[in-house]
Amino acid sequence: MNFLGGAAFVPLAISGGPRLARLLPSNGWMLYIAAALVIFVAFPVLNLVVPADSVLHLSDYSVTLIGKIMCYAIVALAMDLIWGYTGILSLGHGLFFALGGYAMGMYLMRSIGHDGVYHSDLPDFMVFLDWKAYPWYWSFTDHFLYAALLVVLVPGVLAFVFGYFAFRSRIKGVYFSIITQALTYAFMLLFFRNDTGFGGNNGFTDFKRILGFSVTAPQTRMALFALTGGTLLAFMLLARWIVTSKLGRVLTAIRDAETRVMFSGYNPLYFKLFIWTLSAVICGIAGALYVPQVGIINPSEMSPANSIEIAIWTAVGGRGTLLGPVLGAAVVNLGKSWFTQVLPEYWLFVLGLLFILVTLFLPHGLAGLAGMRRRRS
Amino acid sequence: MTSPARERWDDATAASGVRVRGPGVDTTHRGILYLDGISVSFDGFKALDNLSLTIDAGELRCVIGPNGAGKTTMMDVVTGKTRPDAGTAFFGQTIDLTRFSEPEIADAGIGRKFQKPTVFERHTVFENLELAQKCDKRVWPTLGARLDADARDRIAATLETIKLLPEASRQAGLLSHGQKQWLEIGMLLMQEPQLLLLDEPVAGMTDDETMRSAELFVSLAGAYTLIVVEHDMDFVERIAQKVTVLHEGRVLAEGTMDQVQQDEQVVEVFLGR
Repeated sequence: MNFLGGAAFVPLAISGGPRLARLLPSNGWMLYIAAALVIFVAFPVLNLVVPADSVLHLSDYSVTLIGKIMCYAIVALAMDLIWGYTGILSLGHGLFFALGGYAMGMYLMRSIGHDGVYHSDLPDFMVFLDWKAYPWYWSFTDHFLYAALLVVLVPGVLAFVFGYFAFRSRIKGVYFSIITQALTYAFMLLFFRNDTGFGGNNGFTDFKRILGFSVTAPQTRMALFALTGGTLLAFMLLARWIVTSKLGRVLTAIRDAETRVMFSGYNPLYFKLFIWTLSAVICGIAGALYVPQVGIINPSEMSPANSIEIAIWTAVGGRGTLLGPVLGAAVVNLGKSWFTQVLPEYWLFVLGLLFILVTLFLPHGLAGLAGMRRRRS
Repeated sequence: MTSPARERWDDATAASGVRVRGPGVDTTHRGILYLDGISVSFDGFKALDNLSLTIDAGELRCVIGPNGAGKTTMMDVVTGKTRPDAGTAFFGQTIDLTRFSEPEIADAGIGRKFQKPTVFERHTVFENLELAQKCDKRVWPTLGARLDADARDRIAATLETIKLLPEASRQAGLLSHGQKQWLEIGMLLMQEPQLLLLDEPVAGMTDDETMRSAELFVSLAGAYTLIVVEHDMDFVERIAQKVTVLHEGRVLAEGTMDQVQQDEQVVEVFLGR
């Protein structure tokens, strides 16, 4: 009875586990390699080698802008895993992004050394508060590797603990969304306080160097840019591997019929917890890449509106498509940076309108518009 | 049936107490399900009132009763969805169902079909069966899971049993109502349960499909234990070996179809109307 062995019958993804080469279709790999070439070759050459007066020269401003947008794209990808594929709408993902950013920011603040305004061992904001020593939670943050560990652990542990209790209590749908929104709001208020020890509403800024290199040097900026692009590409493969695995099929099954998943013997709690925590960690890493590039992190990153924007990028791009939300983040943010220069006061109206139009007329987002063949809608 | 890997897993989880499945359900005393003095009330309404019921291994038991008799609540108690206020529920001799969650009970060998067919609509028919298939259903093993030839053959065999072989790569959401019912039954079979609870399994089926379902259930009895809740009396008459009549959360009568049909109380509350 082995007549099901033929590959023609069984969809590609379930004919055994997805191996690396089979993760993307061949034209997908072409696109992937092209994107890698643009990030690792074209951009560095156009920015660093081509002289500044040439029309082909890529300005530092553009490098920073695109680097920033790639950070947002990583966040949108993380959002797609939890919302698009698992059906859990988080309106607090900005929190995990900001926490990763703050963890990296602590290292960057320590790296300023004595070059601050007050030439003190402590960051300026601590001198200003008349603090004499670093609070305990700043310990070891002058070590890059420790800070990098915090980038992963802080959002990861918070998401794990929060997720465990929320999912164990079977909190779902809009209730879960509201709680995540409240969570990020609570953290924003906490970080606004000067006594919290993270610079209050000014947050961290005026960074001087990272790993000994000047943060403003074009080479450093390009290195950060390439690192961000590489991270985005790597996470896209990771996400693709997850959603094409059996675990990915369980996640979509949880989205579509959670009771059946339970009565099939899977405990949704641990599956949700896995993807939720992973999603938060990915956001944290995006935040850590973002901060040295834009040169500032403050509590406004935790504002509820920021987290809602993340959901909008994902919806605009097309949920459950991976590539869609990445494009969505790019399109919306390019639009934002153009619009806020031309008609700044109307941007939020445009964003709101965009969201309504996409919801009404493009339920599958840009990915649906582009006529991409979607594995799952 | 048990691979070495499976046994290792059983040992490991039995030690940690995470899963119920270990040696499996103990049916040495013939009975596979023992409900004793189960009471459940919702806001003062007694859905189950001191319900006691024993099902033997390999039996095909039909449960009938008017709306609100407690049929679905009884299934909720057995599958861990509802905790009883009083009473005990045992699966075999050793597994206390009131202490475990839905996935643990499913893993222990109790499969349930809902009144409204619930399948994974965005997955293909094949993927539905793949997901239901008995295996290690924890997160990490699921992430690395691969479909071997054995598993594929079993899915093929089930596809044939439920007559959905030509539809294997279709999205489950596109199936007809009756086909979805069959797919859900197929998913239960893939779980390799000992006990199947079927809530109105032929609702919405054509006469032909209903007849084929009857054949299927009768053929499954023996190898599996089945509890069928059904309103369609013709269907019950066709398959029933033993019938239990529930009324107001209690067992009103039990016996063969003929016996319960002649029971005066039963005629009064249910059949006579």
